[in-house]
Amino acid sequence: MTDMTASGPAQSGTTSALLMLMKARTFIALILVFTYFAIFAPNFLSAANMVIMSKHVALNAFLAIGMTFVIVSGGIDLSVGSIVGLCGMVAGFLLLNGIDIGLGWSIQFNTLEICLIVCLVGIAIGALNGFLITKLNVAPFIATLGTLYIARGAALLSSEGETFPNLTGNAEYGSDTYRMIGSGSLLGVPISIWMLIVVGLVAAYIAKRTPLGRFIYAVGGNERAAGLSGVKVTRVKFFVYMFSGFCAALVGIIISSQLVAAHPATGDTFELNAIAAAVLGGTSMSGGRGRIGGTIVGAFVIGVLSDGLVMMGVSAFWQTVIKGLVIVAAVVIDQAQQKVQARVTLQSQAMVGK
Amino acid sequence: MSAHPAASHPIGLSIRGGTKVYPGTVALKEVDFDLHMGAVNVLVGENGAGKSTMMKVIAGVEQLTSGRIEMEGREVHLTSTDEAEKHGIGMIFQELNLFPNLSVADNIFMAHEKTRGGIDIDAAEQRRLTAELMRRLEHDIDPDTLVGDLKVGQQQIVEIAKSLARDARILILDEPTSALSAAEVEILFRVIDELKAEGVGIVYISHRMEELIRVGDYITVLRDGAITGARSMEGVDIAWIVRAMIGDSSKEFPKEIDHPYGGQVLKVTDMRMADGAGGFVVNGVSFSLRQGEILGIYGLMGAGRTELVEAIMGRHSHAAGLVEVDGKPMGRASVADRIAHGLALIPEDRKHDGLVQDLSIRENMTLSSLGDVTRGGVHMDLGKERSRVKDFVKRMVIKIASPENPVSSLSGGNQQKVVISKALMTNPKVLLMDEPSRGIDIGAKAEVFRVMRQLAAEGLGIVFVTSDLEEVLGLSDRILVMSNGRITGEFTRDTATDTALVTASSVGHAPDLHGSESASQKEPA
Repeated sequence: MTDMTASGPAQSGTTSALLMLMKARTFIALILVFTYFAIFAPNFLSAANMVIMSKHVALNAFLAIGMTFVIVSGGIDLSVGSIVGLCGMVAGFLLLNGIDIGLGWSIQFNTLEICLIVCLVGIAIGALNGFLITKLNVAPFIATLGTLYIARGAALLSSEGETFPNLTGNAEYGSDTYRMIGSGSLLGVPISIWMLIVVGLVAAYIAKRTPLGRFIYAVGGNERAAGLSGVKVTRVKFFVYMFSGFCAALVGIIISSQLVAAHPATGDTFELNAIAAAVLGGTSMSGGRGRIGGTIVGAFVIGVLSDGLVMMGVSAFWQTVIKGLVIVAAVVIDQAQQKVQARVTLQSQAMVGK
Repeated sequence: MSAHPAASHPIGLSIRGGTKVYPGTVALKEVDFDLHMGAVNVLVGENGAGKSTMMKVIAGVEQLTSGRIEMEGREVHLTSTDEAEKHGIGMIFQELNLFPNLSVADNIFMAHEKTRGGIDIDAAEQRRLTAELMRRLEHDIDPDTLVGDLKVGQQQIVEIAKSLARDARILILDEPTSALSAAEVEILFRVIDELKAEGVGIVYISHRMEELIRVGDYITVLRDGAITGARSMEGVDIAWIVRAMIGDSSKEFPKEIDHPYGGQVLKVTDMRMADGAGGFVVNGVSFSLRQGEILGIYGLMGAGRTELVEAIMGRHSHAAGLVEVDGKPMGRASVADRIAHGLALIPEDRKHDGLVQDLSIRENMTLSSLGDVTRGGVHMDLGKERSRVKDFVKRMVIKIASPENPVSSLSGGNQQKVVISKALMTNPKVLLMDEPSRGIDIGAKAEVFRVMRQLAAEGLGIVFVTSDLEEVLGLSDRILVMSNGRITGEFTRDTATDTALVTASSVGHAPDLHGSESASQKEPA
């Protein structure tokens, strides 16, 4: 510790500048990627492209926000992609058929009711994950792997593998507005983006300003210590998985609305993109560390990168390779940042004495 | 058993001027240590006196900051455990280093597998050698048993077998009997005698005085990183050891602040907790505590002290027993609930139980009391939180650069103060402190003790667990001694003496000097 104090203020100045750069790395990456495509990809900056791209990004961003809470709490949620698929199917089924109560009668729902029911389905699967993990002590990876298959299977069963087509809704039942979720816009901004803004702000608020958010970080950082400090660990874990399920349900609604159809295979491997966005945004897979803002920027990097590469005509195979490289690079820089960060804090701590 | 003339015990290894400095604390100060071969070299000292550090230096786990290690007159550099092993040094750590998911034979030959051509493991040969070792150690353990299925005592035997398999000439045993039953201890002692006869130099670290006197040939006492006594065991008695451990001039403890005790604030009735092996780690413990009283619980490692305070705190749902705070009985075990009723715990293991290392100092401090800065159960007032943290940093004299730094950047003493602040922020009526001075330097210790006195004077009831004699004698208004999960002695300030406490702390533990014969006879061989 003595040699650290001797390293002088000049050096610590450059270290803290370096630290700043590293902390802002995802943002810098986003700007670089964006600028690159703005120059080299034709039509990249057109308003139409911006809208399409932001819609793509939003889908991944929803999942990544839920995933961030789960990962920060020290877990993982592999089931989100399947929840997207299942929730889309539930929405499609309700729109087309309503619920048959026998004797030729059926209950039909309006758009709001459908959305609520679908969200409840997503939350219920999240609760199932939470139950398996907290009450039955199944490892998060295995528990959510199980629900991944269960939800996907349920989605396929719901239509015998068929697509629910023409989800235009019915004005009589008040469900004709369902299409607006995916295609409508307010003040020139797509509805799905507005939803992302709301969910993002709520999530960031929870993370920063509520005890619940603090507890999520504490549980992920050290579950035993959190428990001994009076944190209700089980409750916190239930929340993160239910919130993740809720986010996935939103994506299911948006996709089925955008496509005006629901296909049971929708959302396949979405969970991987969500994990990638969270990691790119600085979330630590070992839990306890990560920010909602970072995750959203991470989702934008992945989204802009893949759309931009498509526009430049890069082959899909190369796109996959590039995406992988970006993720690996992000984690390597993250590790380096941790080291620099630790050094800077130790230095400042050494100044005040032991 | 009797000490032999030094000539028959050549010195196999010696440390000269050994100093070991950790950030913020000096663990060893200029120690000179001689290790006699063919004898048991006993090492005593309180927690943090430097015993383990000295042995880790010999075993190649840690390196000396300055000073040298000599073997047979030549300086050796033990830079790794591999290096130490090449010099015939083996160490059995207090925390066993075994793989519970592998078999006994696999564990014994881990990284030293008997192979054919360096690739194919010769399992049959390993099994044969393991069986041979087990016969020698008088244990009927099948080489194919998984280590995880063995009892702790048997695991200890496997550890010893591991060292024997590597032909250790010097064997370091760090508190080997803390988890052994009386019969197992007897067997261990027979093995030690046998090894001695073969000329193996044994270093034996323990807190159990009778055991030391019985098994030791030479004794070295450490205090605060310095050697305060080294001689052959002849004529050594408990009083001599305790004197060397504690010193004549005891450490300064803060003066008691004169104050009257209030009413009964905590009452624990018949607390029991099963250990998962048919016994009890906490076995029918009852006591009560008054406001402003400091109750010291003294005992050796594994006596059930930590489990007791954790059970009081509601951490273990399978613990049975009644806990009353201010006359109100507590319901089912729930930490959050007990905190709300005025209990607070400073855990023994700061790193694993006390702090969330990734979080900032501020976030750690307020973790138990976020409700106080929250409006409507949702919105946290971060400004209020910051000012509360600032208050406590000042009140507890915590040296920090910024409350936003991760708590892991602090020294042990400051980390402990953060943990104490966290507990105090919940406005407790009773503070349970498990080894509050473990792993912190002397200055920080003094401050922690000062804070304890202060809090007691303010009317807080304090239960504090320690295995440090001097601490328990210097700080407590009343002392309970635990051994084998039971309370084996209760002393007031006037009746407590070091020898009385040590004797009470080994009740139920064989072997003691006089009862060892009968104890071993009672146990089926």
